Amino acid sequence: MTNRFLRITFLLVGLGLLYPVLGSADTPKPVIHEPEGEGVKCVHPEEEMKRNHMNYILHQRDDTMYDGIRTEKHSLANCIDCHVQPGKDGKIASIETEEHFCKGCHEYAAVTIDCFECHADRPQKFINRGGKNNASLQQDLQTMLSAGTASGDQ
Amino acid sequence: MSANKSKVAVNNSRRAFLSKTASTAGMITIAPGVLLHQVANAKPDDQPISEKVRWGMLIDTNKCEKGCTDCIDACNAEHSLTDNGRPESDTQYIRKVTLRDKSTGHELSLPLMCQHCETAPCVDVCPTGASFTRKDGIALVDKHICIGCRYCMMACPYKARSFVHEAVKNQTLSAPRGKGTVESCTMCVHRVDKGETPACVEACSKGMHDAMIFGDLNDPNSKISKSLAQYGGKQLRADLQLNTAVRYRGI
Amino acid sequence: MKKIEYSAIKGNSLGYYGLLGGLGLLMLIGLLAVWHMEHQGHWVTGMNNQIVWGMPHVFAVFLIVAASGALNVASVASVFRKEEYEPLARLSGLLAIALLAGGLVVLLLDLGRPDRLIVAMTYYNFKSIFAWNIILYTGFFAIVGIYIWFMMDHNMYKFKKTAGMAAFVWRLILTTGTGSIFGFLVARSAYDAALLAPMFIVMSFAFGLAIFILVLMASYHWSGRELGDEIVARLRNLLGVFIAAVLYFVAVYHLTNLYITEHHGFEKFILMEGGSYTKIFWIGQIILGGLIPLALVYAPGVKNCRKTLSLICALVILGGLATMYTVIIAGQAYPLQIFPGYEVTSSFFDGVVNDYTPSIYEIALGVGGVAVSLLIVAFVIKVLPFLPKSLADSK
Ligand code: HEC
Ligand code: HEC
Ligand code: HEC
Repeated sequence: MTNRFLRITFLLVGLGLLYPVLGSADTPKPVIHEPEGEGVKCVHPEEEMKRNHMNYILHQRDDTMYDGIRTEKHSLANCIDCHVQPGKDGKIASIETEEHFCKGCHEYAAVTIDCFECHADRPQKFINRGGKNNASLQQDLQTMLSAGTASGDQ
Repeated sequence: MSANKSKVAVNNSRRAFLSKTASTAGMITIAPGVLLHQVANAKPDDQPISEKVRWGMLIDTNKCEKGCTDCIDACNAEHSLTDNGRPESDTQYIRKVTLRDKSTGHELSLPLMCQHCETAPCVDVCPTGASFTRKDGIALVDKHICIGCRYCMMACPYKARSFVHEAVKNQTLSAPRGKGTVESCTMCVHRVDKGETPACVEACSKGMHDAMIFGDLNDPNSKISKSLAQYGGKQLRADLQLNTAVRYRGI
Repeated sequence: MKKIEYSAIKGNSLGYYGLLGGLGLLMLIGLLAVWHMEHQGHWVTGMNNQIVWGMPHVFAVFLIVAASGALNVASVASVFRKEEYEPLARLSGLLAIALLAGGLVVLLLDLGRPDRLIVAMTYYNFKSIFAWNIILYTGFFAIVGIYIWFMMDHNMYKFKKTAGMAAFVWRLILTTGTGSIFGFLVARSAYDAALLAPMFIVMSFAFGLAIFILVLMASYHWSGRELGDEIVARLRNLLGVFIAAVLYFVAVYHLTNLYITEHHGFEKFILMEGGSYTKIFWIGQIILGGLIPLALVYAPGVKNCRKTLSLICALVILGGLATMYTVIIAGQAYPLQIFPGYEVTSSFFDGVVNDYTPSIYEIALGVGGVAVSLLIVAFVIKVLPFLPKSLADSK
């Protein structure tokens, strides 16, 4: 009696544990959109990046958090700046879709990262925040500067 | 030097641009001196911060205008603090507090934010060590290891911390924040590391209030140290001996 | 002394499966509530940036405090050598583990980022009393687990006393640690008292024993085993002593606070002007959770009445929850004193007493934690020999 009870319990628990494995069969191969353009290269050779990109950004993360090191090379913001650009349809892929550079590949490799719950998934100039914020201000500033004026918003 | 110069120019015109109310012409003539000084002191991007510096802020409540929210607006924009229409659970890094002296009836107003204690209670209680103070005295949350237990919020004597109660969208690239972690005023580390002043201080001086001074408390020649030496400044809840980096004058 | 025989309960009745099913359902509802809370974010709960810890913490801290108290019966047997309690020691240990597990599950699932459990276990800030508690809890599982093993294994039986002693010491430290979670919060008027830790220990005696008695009576009643009046009367008297001790400590706590001018504001708030908080303190904690059960324990005429005893235990548990509510919620509701001498207003609720309305999600989570604890007990006593075959009076 007790044995059967135990067996059934363990079976149920076991099925629960197995579910993620059974449930995640055949994900299609990812399409990786790489930045295009003359001489545009990643911060390290492609093979190295494929294998070790997480080490670079995770290391940079701690350097920035604790030591205030703000170099651009391995900063997440920099990866995003270069890697996330509008597609042929002029639209920016959000991190929720496979088209996003950091998503498709991870989905394929069954890696989940939480970085983009906090970090912006696109370059600053594509962030639309409605009101005037740092982003839009900076953008306006650029236009302003190139127009050769520096005298406010009149 | 030429690089520095162009940086000054950019900064300067950005300030000018940010101004909605002040007379911009005046700003341009005031600002360069200040900015030159700060950019000259800026730490190179690849150098770690050091304990030689202790960043601090001095708030002159006599100059802080009642009803003015320049510092808060700037802070909200800088960190993409969104208003979800739920004041009990929405994040506030800075809040304006109105004080009325019970005996004299005298009223004053001041911005209250993380006081960046040297011996911070939030740091002591944090189970994972996500709450920490940087070498230069800025108290931060390492949101990468914050588990959202909120013990730091229980411990903070100033109620300076907020918990992110709902998912955040459209964050700015320089101020990541997201659901389930605790956050508070960062003294705009991302700006300070680049030799700029915090957004609130910048907005306050842009609005011609000049109620906030930002600078290095360890440097006897900094504006803030001189001002403190000359006119003094109080710590809030000084009885707790936390050695806060934010000081107030006029209370 | 005659040899005690233990056996697992049969547990093949409809009632037993009904019990498992019911508890399982409560657990499931709790999990759904968690899913909703974590998916939406904590704004759907009554907790906010003013009341930072809410109903989940009331339940969790209650369960954790009760856990160490539940071990008391075993300690009385092994440390204080009261042999009458010996037969109850196994159940006492099991209940302690189960309650702690339930409490921790609640605490964990209320985190902003429960998915970072691995971070919580790999990053330690040794200055944090919270981090120490994680170690204390893990150690508690281990030590009580070993203690139970020694009790059940003939070969290890000789080490039982040592293990019992270790468990006893550990549980005292554990409750001190739990009390200190609040005791270290110097910034808040409610918690600025050294008395908090010992008060938690005394409370743990009462809450733990109340739950123990209920579980004991229920399991014997439902499994049709005999439970003698003698042992029940002993437990009942013990409970009476503990209830009185809790009342005493609460009185001392507030009286010392009244002695310190700085805390007058808070005392006035909690004792007189706190609206619902004051009501919960007086009605929930003092009257329903203290005075009435105390009176009932010593009331003539109902000495051996099991129903009355159940009521007493239920009231103590209710009072325990009310106590936690007062300590945790009312302690936060009272505004921080940042600017003494000033009247304070702001957009961030400075200077006002904060309202708190618990959401059903938080309550469901808390109740789910209780269900987890009871489910563990119900399950384990079916597969392992925890309960003596009979606890009939000797002679
Ligand atoms: C809960 C919010 C949160 C999450 C989740 C998060 N970060 Fe961060 N991250 C921050 C904050 C806050 C900073 C500090 C920004 C500053 O000081 O400028 C930061 C800074 C960084 C930096 C340095 C700044 C930069 O742009 O280079 C890196 C690198 C980084 N995070 C990487 C990551 C990675 C990789 C992940 C996912 C594994 C991640 N973060 C997840 C909040 C978060
Ligand atoms: C200046 C633009 C640029 C920046 C900045 C940049 N990358 Fe790249 N990245 C590229 C290009 C172009 C490729 C394609 C391979 C190549 O040509 O090097 C690439 C390839 C990659 C790949 C391999 C993709 C594949 O097809 O297998 C990874 C992974 C990657 N980058 C990650 C990162 C990360 C992480 C960062 C931030 C630390 C970053 N990149 C910064 C341009 C950039
Ligand atoms: C070429 C495919 C590919 C691309 C493109 C890619 N990743 Fe990865 N990433 C991986 C794989 C595979 C792993 C898991 C490696 C492992 O577990 O050893 C991984 C792991 C990570 C991890 C560590 C996760 C953990 O929990 O350990 C981080 C952080 C990360 N990636 C960030 C990024 C970011 C940010 C981008 C976009 C700039 C990106 N990745 C783009 C393939 C990719």
